[in-house]
Amino acid sequence: MSFINYASREINCKIVYYGPGLGGKTTNLQYIYERTNPQNKGQLISLATETDRTLFFDFLPLDLGSVRGFRTRFHLYTVPGQVFYDASRKLILKGVDGVIFVADSQEARMDANMESLDNLKTNLHENGFDLALVPYALQFNKRDLAGAVPYDVLFRVLNIKSEPTFEAVAPKGVGVFETLKAVAKQVLHELSKK
Amino acid sequence: MTMFGPNLVVYEEEFERINAVLARLWMDANAKIVFLVDKNGQQIAAKGDLEKVDATSLASLTAGNVAATDGLARLIGEKEFTILFHEGERDNIHISIVGQRLILVVIFDERSSLGLVRLRVRKAAAELEEVLTQMASKAAEEGQAPASPFAEITDEDIDALFTE
Repeated sequence: MSFINYASREINCKIVYYGPGLGGKTTNLQYIYERTNPQNKGQLISLATETDRTLFFDFLPLDLGSVRGFRTRFHLYTVPGQVFYDASRKLILKGVDGVIFVADSQEARMDANMESLDNLKTNLHENGFDLALVPYALQFNKRDLAGAVPYDVLFRVLNIKSEPTFEAVAPKGVGVFETLKAVAKQVLHELSKK
Repeated sequence: MTMFGPNLVVYEEEFERINAVLARLWMDANAKIVFLVDKNGQQIAAKGDLEKVDATSLASLTAGNVAATDGLARLIGEKEFTILFHEGERDNIHISIVGQRLILVVIFDERSSLGLVRLRVRKAAAELEEVLTQMASKAAEEGQAPASPFAEITDEDIDALFTE
């Protein structure tokens, strides 16, 4: 649910990073924050526990410049991945324009990936969205780990609608901007239809 | 919420009216900062001493705060809590819901009082609801929103956003 202000010629969109706990959602945001010019970003807000687990959300406002005379701002949010924070996750999906699912490539996290993906479908549905229609990109994170599940296997299990899919190593920035760009593109195209 | 369609669109005329309401509230309530946020965390308009605060983060956290409180309300069987108040040593924050969709935030210190803020907010909220109704009827009149500024956006336009 983007916000278009014709008076100040601004457009604001909301993108949510979803996925299992410790999958690297916050790391994606941190990398984007580090690599963005100060004039194009706001503060990175993290509502986290003392052990750096996301408690409610992380938030990063990003200014991407102008399209057709409109300043384009993306508000990036992450959800807490841990299963018992479901109420918070539901709240953050409210009014979302695009979703990025950050999957963990480790074998041991396959169940958690699938559970989180199911949870995404449910929570989108409860907010009145359909995953089949929402701008969406998939990221396989932690590709640098020795025991990473092969791309094809992950793809078969987690890719649901031929959405753009990226391999990533979030702390090094591999695949981070590519994933964001893929979903931003869909969001802007979606706006052009309205 | 559906009365506005999927996206919140604000035009010049309503934007000016909103700004005028906020400016008056800011003065009448003796507030430091007054701002209006969409429930999704987008800042719509603001008035006051904004240079010292990070308005974007304020907007997002306010919306998170309201969303969490809404969740609490539903858990105990309330529809919503329409007013939230945070009291600090110096500054206080008064948060109220306007027209179910917007959040009106007033930050004030000892030069004002909770009573005064509540009184002035009530009046401003009523005026803002009028503007909202006007926006809704405009949206309904025009059927769908007018052509999106992005109607003819190309892949090149989007790629250009990411080149640094």
